[in-house]
Amino acid sequence: MNKTYLVFKHEFLHAIKRVGFVVMTLIVPVLALLAIGVYELVTTLTEPSVNAVTIVGYVDEAGIFSDQTDQGLIKLIPFVSREDATQALVRRNVSEYIVIPAEYTSSGTIQRYTLAKELVTPPITAYFIESFLTWNLLKDDVSPEIITSIVSPLNLEVTRLDENGDIAQEQGNIGNIIIPAIFSLLLSMAFMFGATSLISGLGEEKESRLIEVLFSSVSVRQLLIAKVLALGTAGLLQVLVWLISAPLLLSLASSSFGGFLSDIQIPANFLVLGVVYFILGYLLFAILSVSLGGISSSTTEAHNLSMFYILAQFVPLWFSAGLINFPNSPVWMVLSIFPVTAPVQTMLRLGVSDIPAWQIATSIVLLGLSVIVGMFLSIKIFRMFMLMYGKRPSLGEIIQGLKTA
Amino acid sequence: MTAVEVNHLYKSYADVTAVNDLTFSIDPGEILGLIGPNGAGKSSTIKIILDFMKPDSGEVKIFGQQMNEAFKDQIGYLPEERGLYKRLTAIDLILYLASLKGMDKATAEKKANILLEQTGMLESKKKKNKEMSKGMGQLIQFIVTVIHDPELIILDEPFSGLDPVRTETIQNIIANLRDEGKAIILSTHQMNKVEELCDRVLMINKGHTVLYGDLTETKAKFRRNSVQVAADGELGDLPGVIDRKLNKGSVELVLAADTTPQTILDRLRDRKITINRFEVTTPSLNEIFLNLVGVDHE
Repeated sequence: MNKTYLVFKHEFLHAIKRVGFVVMTLIVPVLALLAIGVYELVTTLTEPSVNAVTIVGYVDEAGIFSDQTDQGLIKLIPFVSREDATQALVRRNVSEYIVIPAEYTSSGTIQRYTLAKELVTPPITAYFIESFLTWNLLKDDVSPEIITSIVSPLNLEVTRLDENGDIAQEQGNIGNIIIPAIFSLLLSMAFMFGATSLISGLGEEKESRLIEVLFSSVSVRQLLIAKVLALGTAGLLQVLVWLISAPLLLSLASSSFGGFLSDIQIPANFLVLGVVYFILGYLLFAILSVSLGGISSSTTEAHNLSMFYILAQFVPLWFSAGLINFPNSPVWMVLSIFPVTAPVQTMLRLGVSDIPAWQIATSIVLLGLSVIVGMFLSIKIFRMFMLMYGKRPSLGEIIQGLKTA
Repeated sequence: MTAVEVNHLYKSYADVTAVNDLTFSIDPGEILGLIGPNGAGKSSTIKIILDFMKPDSGEVKIFGQQMNEAFKDQIGYLPEERGLYKRLTAIDLILYLASLKGMDKATAEKKANILLEQTGMLESKKKKNKEMSKGMGQLIQFIVTVIHDPELIILDEPFSGLDPVRTETIQNIIANLRDEGKAIILSTHQMNKVEELCDRVLMINKGHTVLYGDLTETKAKFRRNSVQVAADGELGDLPGVIDRKLNKGSVELVLAADTTPQTILDRLRDRKITINRFEVTTPSLNEIFLNLVGVDHE
């Protein structure tokens, strides 16, 4: 039987039986389910029912606010004096009260009293109070339709057109960033755990000298290719579990969180590019880890050095707010093309804006080339330095070794 | 056909020459003892034979050809420092590594059970490696080394860390493998094991060959002109004896250049002395080793 396949099978089974892998694979859907469950529980326990109306008291010292006391979810009831309103608040007959001073029309100041500790007045409360005041101020001079427009003057509906002037299939929506953002995060974590796992496995084999027994049976090329592919397949399995559980979780989340999730559109090329970037990214990180495992004097040292590229791939996530606000900055283009950050950055950008085809092509070609050249070099590096125990070669020695190999 | 043929091998690391013009060979059905102080170049030589590293110059032939991947199934290698996959059971590890040597599962399992039985490890075959003692782990590694019936076996310190019973077991298996026609390279510091097992010996120091040849001939070559005698009563003055060294229960008589042991034996017999033991002094391999590399080693 092909030795590469035998090592692949062993490494794959070994990888998916690891506690860390099982936990990482299941934790994403389990955490999502838990989040939905907790959200449901908390909202059931804490939120008033849909028809519950909040009673807000008011003291009208200006004497002009008596109409439109029914503001949907808020009902305003008048009090003659501040003392009466305070008593009602203390007895919890009202949830809060406001005082409209006599000089309100000139000062515009309203006083609000509440038992709750708040940083700012909840926007929904402020909106209904504002609506109540506006209606009463304008009721004698302006038609109800105009007052409605004044209270809510802007309901912006944005439609994206394609280059022919037709309505584009993919419409911009803040919800569109959610799937790419979650996928990018999972991608980074999969790369990180894959690299860590590979370094640990190689470290164990190197420190126990099992690597010598293995190399007396298989070639460096067979061993490394099998290891990289096995971990890549294990990672792909992990992502597949996440992707398969995603529709179920989204539908559950939609019914729980409501509205905007149902508007989520996944970019047309997202799934295809997702798979391509996952495979290439995983291979690149695996190859970097193999090289590091080959030259490091200990597993701990290899883990420490791996932080350079593991942290680098998180850079697009750290600056994702910048991407949303300035989607056309050339910084994102550079990060989409640089192999280490390309997978995560490209996936994120797909959710925010269009990416020119040439940038995607350049990014994939560079990533692919990095994988091929990296594999070639890592085999050489590993072969040269695998038996160098307790001493890490200098950069000069590595370059010299690569020249003479 | 010669199992391993090494010709004028050189290997340097930075400013250190680890292997310096080594030439030797091993035939099937022979055990070659590879001995030398730490840092002598033994491990480098083994790694070059196994093609883990390339020599600077020189040539290694395995069964008459350059080492290549196809030969790996015919080689069994036990490295000096040993470890196992901690989470695998003993039998799973054996079967996995045997599969990499081209064995099918059924054959490997059958052979594994025989070797586990021979080494007294059958009851521990389902134990995870992290649950086993160092000695048990070493036996599992030894089984992994020989399970695929290799034609060339390279053992680096196979007895280190083993108790006397397990040492005896492994020693017997090695001897049987030699009798079956396997070529074996035994690298060890345990000189008594080399004397007990090896047919040929290669002693190296600082990469150079210090001694190479048939073990019996080598020992004869280093034989001193002296005899060990244990007798009842006084030996008295003996012409031809130039020095005496008292040992526990015997005396070593150092002979003059023109005196043979037979002459001394005849003289003792003439004097009617009861002789309990009379033996031509042969130095142990350890003495030869210390004699040849001792000063350098220090």
